[in-house]
Amino acid sequence: MTLAEIQKGKDFKVKNIPDDMIRIQTLRMGISEGSKLNCNEKIPGGPVIVKHNYQEIAIGRRLAEDIQIELFTEGSD
Amino acid sequence: MQSCHKLDKINIDESKEKVVLVGNPNVGKSIFFNYLTDSYVSVSNYPGTTLDISSGEFKDYIVLDTPGVYGVSSFNDEEKVARDIILSADIIVNIVDAVHLERDLFLTQQLIDMDKKVIVALNMMDEARSRGLEIDLEKLKEDLGVEVIPTVAVDNKGLAMLSDTIHNAKKGNKSLSSEMEERLEDISEKTENNADSLLILEGDQYVASHFNLEALDFREEIYNKRRNRVNNIVENILTKVENNNSIGDKIGSLLLKPLTGIPILLVILYFLYQFIGVFVAQTLVGITEETIMIGMYEPFIIDLVSNFVSTNSLLGKILIGEFGVLTMTVTYIFGLLLPLVAGFYFFLAILEDSGYMPRIAALVDRGLNYLGLNGRAIIPMLLGFGCVTMATVTTRLLGSKREKIIAIFLLGLAIPCSAQLGVIAGLIAPLGLKYFIIYVITIFAVYAIAGTFLNKVLPGKSTDLLIDLPPVRLPRLKNILRKTYLKSKYFIFEAGPIFAMGAIGITLLKEGGILYWIQEKVAPFIVGWLKLPKETTEAFIMGIIRRDFGAAGLNSLALTSDQTLVSLIVITLFVPCIAAMLVMIKEQGFKQALMVWLGSWFAAFAVGGIVALFI
Repeated sequence: MTLAEIQKGKDFKVKNIPDDMIRIQTLRMGISEGSKLNCNEKIPGGPVIVKHNYQEIAIGRRLAEDIQIELFTEGSD
Repeated sequence: MQSCHKLDKINIDESKEKVVLVGNPNVGKSIFFNYLTDSYVSVSNYPGTTLDISSGEFKDYIVLDTPGVYGVSSFNDEEKVARDIILSADIIVNIVDAVHLERDLFLTQQLIDMDKKVIVALNMMDEARSRGLEIDLEKLKEDLGVEVIPTVAVDNKGLAMLSDTIHNAKKGNKSLSSEMEERLEDISEKTENNADSLLILEGDQYVASHFNLEALDFREEIYNKRRNRVNNIVENILTKVENNNSIGDKIGSLLLKPLTGIPILLVILYFLYQFIGVFVAQTLVGITEETIMIGMYEPFIIDLVSNFVSTNSLLGKILIGEFGVLTMTVTYIFGLLLPLVAGFYFFLAILEDSGYMPRIAALVDRGLNYLGLNGRAIIPMLLGFGCVTMATVTTRLLGSKREKIIAIFLLGLAIPCSAQLGVIAGLIAPLGLKYFIIYVITIFAVYAIAGTFLNKVLPGKSTDLLIDLPPVRLPRLKNILRKTYLKSKYFIFEAGPIFAMGAIGITLLKEGGILYWIQEKVAPFIVGWLKLPKETTEAFIMGIIRRDFGAAGLNSLALTSDQTLVSLIVITLFVPCIAAMLVMIKEQGFKQALMVWLGSWFAAFAVGGIVALFI
């Protein structure tokens, strides 16, 4: 599924960020493919806010549609 | 001394060792800079950018500040400037936010990988503690291989310790694989320093071309390795004692949730309007422009200059005439614009330092997407209500040329500046609610339609929102005032000469009779199509010079309610003032600016005429 389909409050794992520049930028902010994150807020039709420890990042909806993720629950790794 | 050539753009003593402050955005770098340098600070503009570089002296060192960046590369102006200064550094003081280790240590590790002597200031230790984060400092020192000093800069803690240990900065433990180390050595045979070589290895075209080399493509490999190493370090040294959310976090989440965030945003915008639109634009400007500049300064300067130059000569008109460089220009800049611009920057600095600005950007992102912009564009759009000239300069922060064109066009077309807003509000209020609503809806519709249209026809793709939301913090007054001062000063230096040139241009047009000629030519159109009296033409012509002049010119005419509405719509949509135009030429080139100018004429008269037909 894509990041745009996530529900607020859910934990997930980043599987694929196709855009080179975006991948580099998120890598610097602390998020890479394989990172475990939480969806902190979802603005209707707007950005998805993801949280990693104390780091919050707003990701525009179109961009979120391109990012592949997988839901993550305790125990499944 | 290495790569000194890159800094010949700014004026510093090359014989001294350079200490460079580096950190992510919002880590409190400026406090460190002020502490170290105290006095002897000079601020110079970095050529080709809007960025100012502060430099000062500390002991036998030259201290240089850099813009906040997430890493060393060449993705935007901030990064390019930071990169050049970092490459020239002898010692790097890296300021790290203790709450955001995973993000900030990436930059730290990159600096270490560049083979620079580094010392780390681990700032905001108090906040980390109050969030229940425990950091093993000894282990961090050992892992990084450099000195780490804990600080709470806002409370002046740890700064003395840092300044006493700067000379202990050293090269740390790198994250590069042995293969990359080998490649690095190969490149360094040509560049003679590992910092430049690493950036070339990481694909930096700019640095590569400096040495007549081709950039290599190992960025992702190196970045991934670096990210993994940083994650391991953080896992090693960080313990979460308890997971308590601070009040800041709770406020932060309220500001983001649309249900609470939108009402809060509206309330804040209302305060902004009360502060800028009412207090500054009316009360304060009433004193600075009317009483001080027009009442006291102008008679004085006219009296003084007329001793040497005849008021009726062309030079006299240029200097102290109706649009004189020493009269109108000075009054306009210091009496009207300075209070408005400073007020706006003050408000904006609060929004920035409290961490609210990026949250507003996230909230409005969706709406701005329809116009081919992303949430970031809210900054120039808000500033536009202060001064379109000032806002046009800030469009540089947008991600692509396409977004800059759209933003500049919308600013020029449909955002009334505060100087003009005051006059418009005064004229429309007596007409009643119905006219007010028609006015607002018309302007908003033009804004939305123009943006949507440009988004459709302009080639390419706009960038998407990707921003870091800093924690919500109580801003410090000292920092707010410092930001306001620096930005206002920069604006006056940037726009001042442009206003003066515009004033000279208008005086020449007027004296040459061209202004009168235009007035005669457009008059039939004004009467026939807009159904306005011939005299309004003069108000419109004045609007080319200063938008509020145009609106104020309507004040003295006897217009019906319908005519007032049409003329206000026209004057709002009408061409940007001469200073904004000149800034647009500077930013986008003559062709682009001319299109905005002609587009505004067309939109203003087309929309004005349509409204005139229907009401």
